Amino acid sequence: MPPDSPERPAPAGSQLGTVASVLRLLPYVRPALPRLVGGLVASLGAGLAALAIPRVLQRLVEGPLAQGVAAHDYTALLWPTLAVLGLGVTEAGLILLRRNLVMYPGTRVEAALRTELFRHLQQLPAAFHDRWSGGQLLSRSMGDLGLLRRWLVFGLLQLVVSTITIAVGVALLLATAGWLGLVYLAGAIPVTIIAFRFSRRYRVIARLSQDQSGDLANTVEESVHGIRVLKAFGRGEDALESFSGQAEELRRTEIRKAGNQATVTTSLQLIPELTLAVCLMLGVWLAAEGQVTVGALVAFFLTAAVINGPVVDLGMTLSMTLNARTAVDRFFEVIETPNPLTDPAEPAELGEGPGHVVLRGVGFRHDDAPAPVLDGVDLELPAGTTTALVGLTGSGKSTLALLVPRLADVTAGAVEIDGHDVRSLRRHDVRRAVAVAFEDPTLFSATVRDNVLLGVDDDLPSETRERLLHEAVEVAQAGFVHDLPQGVDTRIGEEGLSLSGGQRQRLALARAIAARPRVLVLDDPLSALDVTTEEAVTTRLREVLEGTTSLIIAHRPSTVALADRVAVLSEGRITAVGTHRELLASDDHYRYVIASLEADWKSGEHDHDTEATR
Amino acid sequence: MTPRTTAPPPRRDPRDVHADDASLLDRTTSRAVRRRSLRLLGELLRPRWRPLAWAGLLIVVGTLGQVAGPLLVQAGIDTALPALRDGDPGRLATIGGAYLAAAVLGGICAGAYVRAAARVAQSVLLELRRRVFRHTQRLSLEFHESYTSGRVISRQTSDLEALRELFDGGLTGVVSSLMHMVFTGAALFFVDWRSGLVLTAALVPAWLLTRWFQRRSQLHYREQRGASARLIVKFVETMTGMRAVQAFRREPTTQAEYARLGEEYRDANLRIFGVNGRYQPGLVLIGNVTVAAALAYGGWRVFEGQLELGALVAVLLYVKRFFQPIQQLGMFYNALQSAVAALEKVSGLLAEEPTVVEPQRPTPLRRARGELRLEDVTFGYGKGPVVLPELDLTIPAGQTVALVGSTGAGKSTLAKLVTRFYDASEGRVLLDGVDVRDLSTRDLRRAVVMVTQEAYLFSGTVRENIALGHPDATDEQIEAAARAVGVHDFVTGLPDGYGTEVNKRGGRVSSGQRQLLSFARAFLADPAVLVLDEATSSLDVPGERLVQAGLQTLLADRTAIIIAHRLSTVAIADRVLVMEGGRVVEDGTPQELVMQQGRFAALDAAWRDSVV
Repeated sequence: MPPDSPERPAPAGSQLGTVASVLRLLPYVRPALPRLVGGLVASLGAGLAALAIPRVLQRLVEGPLAQGVAAHDYTALLWPTLAVLGLGVTEAGLILLRRNLVMYPGTRVEAALRTELFRHLQQLPAAFHDRWSGGQLLSRSMGDLGLLRRWLVFGLLQLVVSTITIAVGVALLLATAGWLGLVYLAGAIPVTIIAFRFSRRYRVIARLSQDQSGDLANTVEESVHGIRVLKAFGRGEDALESFSGQAEELRRTEIRKAGNQATVTTSLQLIPELTLAVCLMLGVWLAAEGQVTVGALVAFFLTAAVINGPVVDLGMTLSMTLNARTAVDRFFEVIETPNPLTDPAEPAELGEGPGHVVLRGVGFRHDDAPAPVLDGVDLELPAGTTTALVGLTGSGKSTLALLVPRLADVTAGAVEIDGHDVRSLRRHDVRRAVAVAFEDPTLFSATVRDNVLLGVDDDLPSETRERLLHEAVEVAQAGFVHDLPQGVDTRIGEEGLSLSGGQRQRLALARAIAARPRVLVLDDPLSALDVTTEEAVTTRLREVLEGTTSLIIAHRPSTVALADRVAVLSEGRITAVGTHRELLASDDHYRYVIASLEADWKSGEHDHDTEATR
Repeated sequence: MTPRTTAPPPRRDPRDVHADDASLLDRTTSRAVRRRSLRLLGELLRPRWRPLAWAGLLIVVGTLGQVAGPLLVQAGIDTALPALRDGDPGRLATIGGAYLAAAVLGGICAGAYVRAAARVAQSVLLELRRRVFRHTQRLSLEFHESYTSGRVISRQTSDLEALRELFDGGLTGVVSSLMHMVFTGAALFFVDWRSGLVLTAALVPAWLLTRWFQRRSQLHYREQRGASARLIVKFVETMTGMRAVQAFRREPTTQAEYARLGEEYRDANLRIFGVNGRYQPGLVLIGNVTVAAALAYGGWRVFEGQLELGALVAVLLYVKRFFQPIQQLGMFYNALQSAVAALEKVSGLLAEEPTVVEPQRPTPLRRARGELRLEDVTFGYGKGPVVLPELDLTIPAGQTVALVGSTGAGKSTLAKLVTRFYDASEGRVLLDGVDVRDLSTRDLRRAVVMVTQEAYLFSGTVRENIALGHPDATDEQIEAAARAVGVHDFVTGLPDGYGTEVNKRGGRVSSGQRQLLSFARAFLADPAVLVLDEATSSLDVPGERLVQAGLQTLLADRTAIIIAHRLSTVAIADRVLVMEGGRVVEDGTPQELVMQQGRFAALDAAWRDSVV
């Protein structure tokens, strides 16, 4: 989805503060919380140990060791050494502990969020997937969640540890150094203001940059999916050019982001150091006046040096946090998209049935379209019959096909299967009862077997599955699969790209047949087949269709021949129902849509009429 | 006959996916792969040495500004305080001023470094993105059919992300850390060289630990890149085929599979964290043990009277300080390992050679007439069986040829050879007497255009999608092309007419309309040779009627190869070739063939029965 698309809703959570936004993660993070807190404690401990070691060294050397030297007592060397060793091992141990505590929850949360996102996406209806580009979804699932993991493992701890260190340090300065502490604290005011303003600006850019990477991913995806078109027209260079334009835009955004970060880095380093410079002059003057001792002055600067590190790091930690926050926003934007197509709270049981389908006053309008595609479609598919649906391209036939298995919901009227409104049933049950072969056959990178048996329950005995597979392959005239290197166990490429259009179409047809549905919806199932194959499929298919309620979308008389009767779809409604012959005789629109091409433009209009009634 | 100018290149197999996914490599391969990856990194960084050096300078100066602080504080207390007590504020002013200057300099340099580093990083990323994109576009269909789009996407997104992290996080630390260590180490040798030797000895276990880390993390990062690619492949494929997934109730299975891949990725990440989580504390431990060792050794020497007690304090603080930035160095090394593993995959993609190669010295063909000749052409996909055995065929310029035959007869293969989607295994394909392998892609694609059954629409406006056939076309030309195939009325009925954005994968555009739009592309491209591979399959009869009419005008003066299952299209052909098992079994005008009572006559009769 392009970021500037007008229908794009305001990014979810963008009104929330960063803390509130990130807190939405809590349900996912909760199970990992004890370990995170443990990691935090270990991390603070390691920090303390690191701070303590130099002090302890100095004390030990100047104290016990010096006395030992005076007394020539070699054991005096042993204890300090062991103490330093102990502290050192403790520090390393705590770091080890922290890393091990944090790595599980970090990756666990990431994996859980990723699966959750995927689950939700699988629930969302076709309309959502039409609207959202694959690249945007992918960048959320990989890029954003990866960012989040790194923040959970590293940034969050760093943020907390830094904040605590700074707070404790400043408190210590205020308590012990009086005026100097106040001056140092004064430096915190501009730092806070700058950090705050930076956050606001940075958030916007971070969001832009993440959206732009999503768009870029989308361009890459399209350039690969559409590679045949690009190659056929030799447009690789043009595609590269427009890709470069997008990549360049992303680069500019990133540079802007870096520019912002540079400003904050400068301020966070400059301001504390400037305050320290003032403190140095003031401190030395105070010491000269005798208001502070030299020891207190040294202690002040030592503590200030400890705080300075985290303050400088704060810039990076802050931007990391803001990136994570944007990632959270982008994640929730998808997760919080309500699914309009859900199972009812109390689903009816479909039970056994003959497969009687009724469309009652069915209307369908896309969310963003002014006019409906279907407007008052009344059509009955009596159990066990085959109906052909005929209409001009773009008349809404394929949309109608989506409504029967409830891949989309009607916006008016109702679709009923054996007396049940499909919305009162579980989606799973409806889709078990109705199988569809789509006009562009989607095959998955899996074996032929898996592709054909996609709609067959996995828990059926393998002999049954095998039988279904072979029958379906045979009916769809997809015998070519036996000539593939490993027969039905050959993996076919992504989207079945290495198969011809006709071959893919026959596999998609086999898939729908193998599911043995109560209702079969075939969207122009023979369009890519040659005449001979088409004839063979038709003969076999007719046997299979016997007893199965079928709706066949047809563009040709040869496909219509499969059907007992024909329904004509025009301007969003069914304008005529009858047999092929009846309609040829009575319905002008039908004749226009289906009548023979050759007869028509070769021999003229009246000739075509004679042929029609032949 | 023109002399053969290009020897057919030895057939190469596109890299098979499993090899690409392998993480456990033998020693030689592993080294070669790593070297390839580092070479790519070098190639990218070398031309940018100036901005890199500038960034390095900034970080050095910035670090100096930071380091100066404590020294100035010490100087202030040690010298300026007594001076002030003696009534001389000048010294305090000097030191205070120096501190202010150092603060300003340090801060500005640190900020400037962030900018400079981002500039280098982003320009490297931009170049790499472009390179990968250009290269994938150049690679042959054969490659794309086995590599899968998900994998290409993963190379372009998550693998490049790893490189970006190296620039973002790792580099800042490494320069200042190294500087810090060098200065501290030198100071230590200066104060007490014997303790310096203790420090040097500590480098041995540190080096061993790093070697261990390098080997393990290299393996695990490779696994991680593989796992991430598989996860992306699954994601992309599921999203692309979402309708089928939902229609056949595959959500639970897909979900389980995705969760499994997600776990694999998580495991790979955990293994990395595991290795890194031992490496970093290991480094800290070595540092701390060295401090204890220095204390023991130095303390003993104090007892022996060989070392001053005061010097011991200094020595110990130096040793401790030396190891302070070691965690940062470890982090940098970790990021480097990750980036190198990612670049291994990227460089692997870049090292793929297209099987269809652009000629070194192309024969120019400004204006093609459109005569096609196939001489002894033999072809088989990959190592598969021969699909076309020794085909000889001449299509004079301007002729419209229909290819008829059952699926697998070799019709589409013939089309792919003429359009050079594939190269013949033996023999050659000539356009106006020039081997198509000697033509530049530019000339070839201008002369020969193919419309396939799969009419892919790119996100963008309808206008942009049609203009794909001829990017410089004016609005009038685009509209004329749309009119010619009868899709103009449909387009003007869209909310924004030609400016309407087509949705993902042509969402709201029916497949028939999509085919019409891709026909309009071909009209606009205006090639000398037009190849139509089942390009009308989804059209309704009125649509096909319009296209037929349009085609008659369009094909009047150009060569065309039409593959169609509907014999209606054949009616406009001057000549029909019936193919069977890769051979032409009948050849003649439609009328002649009908008279011959052969296969075509039978097909024609069957077709006549099937219409109406």
